[in-house]
Amino acid sequence: MIQQDVIKVGMADLKWATGGANLRTTGLGSCVGLTLYDPVARIAGMAHVMLPSSEIARESTMNIAKYADTAIPELIGQMKASGAAVGRLVAKMAGGAQMFAFSGQSDSMRIGPRNVESCMEILVNYSIPVLGQDTGGNYGRTIEIDSSSGVLTIRSVQFGIKEI
Amino acid sequence: MSSFSRFKAFELDVLKEVGNIGAGNAATALSRLLDKPVDMAVPKVSLLPFEEVADRVGGSEQVVIAVYLRVEGDAPGNMFFIIQEEAAKRLLGQLISLASEDPDSYSEMEMSALCEIGNILAGSYLSSLADLTQLLMAPSVPSVARDMAGPILTYGLMQYGEMGDSALLIETTFLEDKEELEGHFFLIPDPDSFSKIFKALGVETE
Repeated sequence: MIQQDVIKVGMADLKWATGGANLRTTGLGSCVGLTLYDPVARIAGMAHVMLPSSEIARESTMNIAKYADTAIPELIGQMKASGAAVGRLVAKMAGGAQMFAFSGQSDSMRIGPRNVESCMEILVNYSIPVLGQDTGGNYGRTIEIDSSSGVLTIRSVQFGIKEI
Repeated sequence: MSSFSRFKAFELDVLKEVGNIGAGNAATALSRLLDKPVDMAVPKVSLLPFEEVADRVGGSEQVVIAVYLRVEGDAPGNMFFIIQEEAAKRLLGQLISLASEDPDSYSEMEMSALCEIGNILAGSYLSSLADLTQLLMAPSVPSVARDMAGPILTYGLMQYGEMGDSALLIETTFLEDKEELEGHFFLIPDPDSFSKIFKALGVETE
């Protein structure tokens, strides 16, 4: 059997892969794992987005992979530079859960759903269709995308393995 | 409060003491519940990159039982009591003879009992801290989850997300008869709470 390369995407990180390699990110809670795929060039990209908007950034050197509104354009740019066509890109995403729920919650604790909404909005702006998503709920997920097929595998403790 | 990397060794020692007193009281509470001695390791105070936080309890994908409480009041923050599944089952068995045969599943009753244990321990941690600092620190209603450690702990780091890629946390580990119970306490004060904690304890900060 051929060993498949698995490239790890960290938290607030983004990467792309081609040539049959897989991209994987672990422990998505309220974070969103957003993947883009060009089925013709067979290039896959993944961003582990932590927060919805860079407007709230207070850091001195901003990590653009952390915010939905900066990570997605950057990922598209990198994939384009490596041979993907923006017009062919399709998106899938997972995550955006709310790990713990309380009544009367402040907005900052609703970060999961807001991450998903923000990613959606940006994808609409780029006219990138969302082929599938597994978002929300109150559980963690680990995801892996295959750059040869664009299949996104989602694993969680409660629901096992799921493919979209 | 732009960066925590500039915390002085002395200030980190103060936070360690905070963890020591809080977790010390929690250990006493646990020891009374179990009716046997419970020890604890020296607290660790560390500024950890988000990626590495979950490594402290076995890695991002390690399935753990976590009780989470939001700390409200003068010095808000997040608090987690995290135990490994094995230890959780043992705890349930010792405490309320509730442990079921199946090591992989938890009844509603078991989860509820674990939540209450976490609640009692976190409550004693926080009340001792509140006594020490004279700050109001009120825990929210606890919430319990059995899931991957990564997503659980990340939930408590969100306030740090907008200002950097690492978080400052106060960690204590419980030991039972020198054998690690694998009970971890994480107190993650909100970034703005540190100056209040320092001030309340009479530590001069610039």
